[in-house]
Amino acid sequence: MDMAVVELSRLQFALTAMYHFLFVPLTLGLSFLLVIMESIYVMTGREIWRTITRFWGKLFGINFVLGVATGITMEFEFGTNWAYYSHYVGDIFGAPLAIEGLMAFFLEATFVGLMFFGWDKLSKIAHLAVTFLVALGSNLSALWILIANGWMQNPVGARFNPETMRMEVTDFYSVLFNPVAQAKFVHTVSAGYVAASVFVMGVSAYYLLKGKWTNVARRSMMVASAFGLASSLSVVVLGDESGYALTDNQRMKLAAIEAMWHTEEAPAGLSLFGIPDMEAHETHWEVKVPYVLGLISTRSLTGEVTGINELVLKADERIRSGIVAYDAVEKLKVNRTDMAAREQFERHKADLGYAMLLKRHVADPRAATDQQIMLAAKDTIPNVPLMFWLFRIMAGLGFFFIGFFALAFYCASACQFSKRWFLKIAVAIMPLPWIAIEFGWMLAEIGRQPWAVEGVLPTFLAASSLTVSQIWTTIIGFTLLYGALAVIEVRLMIATIRKGPVEHHEPEEVRGQAGYAPLPAE
Amino acid sequence: MEIPLDYETLRVIWWGLMGTLLIGFALTDGYDLGVASLMPFIGKTDEERRMAINAIAPHWEGHQVWFILGGGAIFAAWPFVYAVSFSGFYLAMFLVLSALILRPVAFKYRSKRPDPAWRSRWDWALFTGGFVPALVFGVAVGNVLQGAPFRLDSDLRSFYEGSLIGLFSPFAMMTGLLSVAMVVMHGAGFLSVKIERGAVLDRARRIGSVAAVASLVLFAAGGLWVANGVMGFRLEGVVDPNGPSNPLFVKTVAAPGAWMDNYGRHPWMLIAPILGLAGPVIALLGIRRHSHVLNLAGSSLATVGIIATVGLSMFPFILPSSIDPQSSLTAWNASSSHLTLWIMLIVTLIFLPLVLAYTAWVMKVLFGRISLRDVRTNPDFY
Repeated sequence: MDMAVVELSRLQFALTAMYHFLFVPLTLGLSFLLVIMESIYVMTGREIWRTITRFWGKLFGINFVLGVATGITMEFEFGTNWAYYSHYVGDIFGAPLAIEGLMAFFLEATFVGLMFFGWDKLSKIAHLAVTFLVALGSNLSALWILIANGWMQNPVGARFNPETMRMEVTDFYSVLFNPVAQAKFVHTVSAGYVAASVFVMGVSAYYLLKGKWTNVARRSMMVASAFGLASSLSVVVLGDESGYALTDNQRMKLAAIEAMWHTEEAPAGLSLFGIPDMEAHETHWEVKVPYVLGLISTRSLTGEVTGINELVLKADERIRSGIVAYDAVEKLKVNRTDMAAREQFERHKADLGYAMLLKRHVADPRAATDQQIMLAAKDTIPNVPLMFWLFRIMAGLGFFFIGFFALAFYCASACQFSKRWFLKIAVAIMPLPWIAIEFGWMLAEIGRQPWAVEGVLPTFLAASSLTVSQIWTTIIGFTLLYGALAVIEVRLMIATIRKGPVEHHEPEEVRGQAGYAPLPAE
Repeated sequence: MEIPLDYETLRVIWWGLMGTLLIGFALTDGYDLGVASLMPFIGKTDEERRMAINAIAPHWEGHQVWFILGGGAIFAAWPFVYAVSFSGFYLAMFLVLSALILRPVAFKYRSKRPDPAWRSRWDWALFTGGFVPALVFGVAVGNVLQGAPFRLDSDLRSFYEGSLIGLFSPFAMMTGLLSVAMVVMHGAGFLSVKIERGAVLDRARRIGSVAAVASLVLFAAGGLWVANGVMGFRLEGVVDPNGPSNPLFVKTVAAPGAWMDNYGRHPWMLIAPILGLAGPVIALLGIRRHSHVLNLAGSSLATVGIIATVGLSMFPFILPSSIDPQSSLTAWNASSSHLTLWIMLIVTLIFLPLVLAYTAWVMKVLFGRISLRDVRTNPDFY
């Protein structure tokens, strides 16, 4: 494998996925905020709530379209850039993606058109139902993509089939109810709800500071502060740490986040600060709170959190066992009916992926030296300092949002959002949820390295057989296209916000002139 | 778990379902690709172009899901095909994806500013978003018929030995143009039922008849080319349709003319090419007799017939290899496992009818022709 191809493919995937995920959180959260706002309209019948719903709906639409457009790339990028991955795990990984299309994308995409164009064609209740189906569809798509992603972190319900040289599903229920996937789903959609709440708070605060559209702004803030408080609590309390005790890689991720080089006596302490050192395998200037880590990650006082060095030793063992499995697979390639080889494979199949880690250091894992095995075992350590800090910033922001929404909730009842300092904060913090969300994605995916699928397929083997120049072409192409779209999107958003929730009134007489005026569509 | 259908049956069902998906995509998203390709020509003024845009505006998002679902379904049912074709046709895929990314953005953002230069730029973006994917899809089908230059090693990792330029062979250019003609005919047919009488409708009818004639000629020429050309592949020796999905287990050879074999063995399959030829004629008849329904029915039948012809000619082949026939992917050797095909079939049987039902309901709610007055007065219009 050409490592440049692997690294560039990772770069492109990271760029396109992170860009896509700038728009998705807002879609996830704003869709439910629209449901809440429109429900109030249906229940009270007051026109102001229709105006509010339609205004946020307009911003939702500008954002939604880019989420859809950039999502097209994601659906095909596994095939274009990760062809061996697609072959190797497509039997399991493809299913949630296809179900996502069938169950979720059709729902949101079919009804979103009606949501925008159906205001005059549907009854109030029917239109609310349509809005709800859009929200349901987008949130279901998050469920299925996280089931797929959860399987990469904790590949349950599948086994390697030497006849087809790939992983095949054995138990679909455990793929669906993968605890890692469930934790990720709740965590991710809650993060989207927080992002949307902060967005609505920020835009509304801007109006209040300017003294414009105050009726719309104050009501929107009420809804967003309640929704945001609930979501920010959920995102932290239901953080996905609970899944970190399940597999060796998840344990390694936890140890890396905490820069915990050695297993400590239970319950382990939580580091607040430190400078992890990848060379010396220690953390300098560490500040620790006793007991907390053990409590959070094992939910007990006696559960042990394993350290990085101990996990490397375990990886060493598994690589040696994996070599036996690899040998059996090579024998089966030559003779499909070799019973001895099949038996040998069955005994060691759980570690097959570990032998493949060796391919980075030696062409045939069976010829590996002790030193090469140790090198491959050390490859299982992700980038510890990066993980350590990404987590602290993400989690710190998570706690900050709880404080912010608690304050907002208090402000709502105590002062009707009249304090200018609070409004200024609300505007200033608008980018923060996106930072937390992107860092969370990086944490999950960098923490999974060196695996594409933990314990099953190393990332460096998963890429397509492409050339460096091909990938540069697409990286540059996507960057230019996405960059231009980002500029246009932000400018349209700002223009729409500046213009505010104006309701259009039909012109009394249609002027029969051709050309570019009049322009009723904003 | 006991699976009630055997592996072979499921593989045939999934071959049929993938064909259905592809046809579903061509029938629905074909409107949008066609109308988008027509954008710079269908309307002389901004308002005329907005009539065409708003005829598809509420529907394109749903239609596009057929494309996304196609990607997901190939991944789930034929992971080999997903891996080999998309990584092999790498830069062509990039062209299609970037053109398709432009399309939704153009629909949504075009109307946000009244500046004529701004709108004209988005009209061309729409044109790109319709024309480029239609052309590249057709070129891809031409390459699939001829075989693509890839080989598999013993780990079943695929290596592709072609280039972007290499895709545009004379035969593939012809299938590419056929694909463009087909979606333009279909898009014009859709406009003729969706737009009130006037200049735009007249233009749609005129362009529609040219596209129908082009589809007819190109499809017939393609058929003759395949029948007399050097294309075709055959499986040799014992083929086990219930065997494991591994292309290296079955011997495959290049066999010029083999794409006509199926019609000799199963004459009923001739219905597909007959539909492909009759469809454009029916569409033409519809246009001449001012029967818009007949026009749309003709373009739909043509789409079904043309796509089904490609699939039936090649069955069981999905993606043959031109440089190493042994690596060719077929319905028997490129599918997912027995269990995955079964699970996905159940999911499809539950959700596909549901999707069709609510899509039909949305169509019904938004039923009716778009008029100039709508474009001028409806504040929700693009």
